[in-house]
Amino acid sequence: MQDEPRLDELITAVAGFLRDQIAPQISGHAAFKLRVGINALDLVARQLTLAGDSDAQELVRLQSLLGRDGSLSELNSVLSSLIASGAVDLSTPGLKDHLWRTTLAKLAVDQPTYASYRREVDSSAPANSSSS
Amino acid sequence: MRSSRKRPAQFKGNKAAMAAADLAELLGQSVRAWCAGATGIRDLVQLSGGASQETLSFTIERAGGDLAAILRRSPPGYGSVSGRAAGLAAEAELMKLAGAAGVPSPPVLHVLTEQDGLGEGFFMQKVEGETIARKILRDDAFAAARPKLARQLGEIAARIHSVARDALPTLRMLSSTEEIDLLRTEVRNLGWPRPVFQLALRWLADNDPGPSSRITLVHGDYRNGNLIIGPNGVRAVLDWELAHLGDPMEDLGWVCVNSWRFGAIDKPAGGFGSREDMFAGYEAASGLTVDAGRVKFWEVMGTLRWGIMCCGMMQRFRQSPENSMERAMIGRRASETEIDLLRLLAPRG
Repeated sequence: MQDEPRLDELITAVAGFLRDQIAPQISGHAAFKLRVGINALDLVARQLTLAGDSDAQELVRLQSLLGRDGSLSELNSVLSSLIASGAVDLSTPGLKDHLWRTTLAKLAVDQPTYASYRREVDSSAPANSSSS
Repeated sequence: MRSSRKRPAQFKGNKAAMAAADLAELLGQSVRAWCAGATGIRDLVQLSGGASQETLSFTIERAGGDLAAILRRSPPGYGSVSGRAAGLAAEAELMKLAGAAGVPSPPVLHVLTEQDGLGEGFFMQKVEGETIARKILRDDAFAAARPKLARQLGEIAARIHSVARDALPTLRMLSSTEEIDLLRTEVRNLGWPRPVFQLALRWLADNDPGPSSRITLVHGDYRNGNLIIGPNGVRAVLDWELAHLGDPMEDLGWVCVNSWRFGAIDKPAGGFGSREDMFAGYEAASGLTVDAGRVKFWEVMGTLRWGIMCCGMMQRFRQSPENSMERAMIGRRASETEIDLLRLLAPRG
């Protein structure tokens, strides 16, 4: 077991330093690159915080949808093949709900400010929206 | 074809400063050879944006008055859009033809030859204006232009599609069916399971409209971000890298891809306005009717294609020695196309 601070805490501290102390001193293309770098660190921090839970939930949904066990990567490959062959489609119970939840979990890490994501999150009920 | 010498993407550090000096020297030699009265160049700047090709801005010093110029060329290690690129010499030719057909285009000054020693590419005159999509959508300077832009985009697309085919350089031609097959292969080659992309491929195959009765020049990357905008609207259409022959409705669909609305998601035509405004401009300029069903098909196709391009950026990040953060981060934009595909194909509620 590794010691504290946690990785997300470390990364958040570094990103904060770069954003608040360094970025104001830099201009031009280097400033653009620095912004990209800070965005990357923020993304890493979000994934460290969020992906444990969302991956676990995705795995449970995939197991239930496919009726079998496997790693996230294996089950996603199986699901992809089933969609490609037409064996599973939007009329399959649970598929639409699964794809939405999985995609929203990705956006929460990758781009929580993306306008379509904001629209979907802000317009869905705070409780579980089990529309499928 | 490409410059055989390795050059860093950015002019920083000692080695890079030397490379920049070399480059300035080569540019000076080149302009003296083809630009009457040119004595040299100054103010060389690499412009950001355009992750797959290098764009340099500089001033040509000339007896008759200085000239602001742009060089567009293949950077070292270029090879992103696998087989899709028209080639820079063809791009230059298309810009000339488009300009003659009434498409706002920067005048092409010179197409690179072996003698220039600068790789493949061309020089064009610099057009003043803004290309950064978010600024165009938000800055006060463009407030008067914005309401006109959806219609202008339609009018200009109509002119692009009016270029006589027999005048065109050799361009690839893919039917919608072949394009779906190509994207399917590309998704398979990602080596990363993407159920939403598979769902989109199924939808495309099930909704393939078949060959278009009209085959024209298609810009291929016609969108906010590849336009120079001034206070009165479009001043130039740029980036013909993905030009090809095909269904003209493809360009109208690509404009509407949600990523190219840059946050203004309720204005499908590039974040500027409605599809109806854009279609009206197109119909007025062409005398033809827009096929809205085909446009929707190409919007779905375009959304998937942009998602695959994002994944391709991730692959290039891994493979290329530059280890570019920007490319890595574009890889993480693939998920934005997944949410947009779901909004198009499986809307909630």
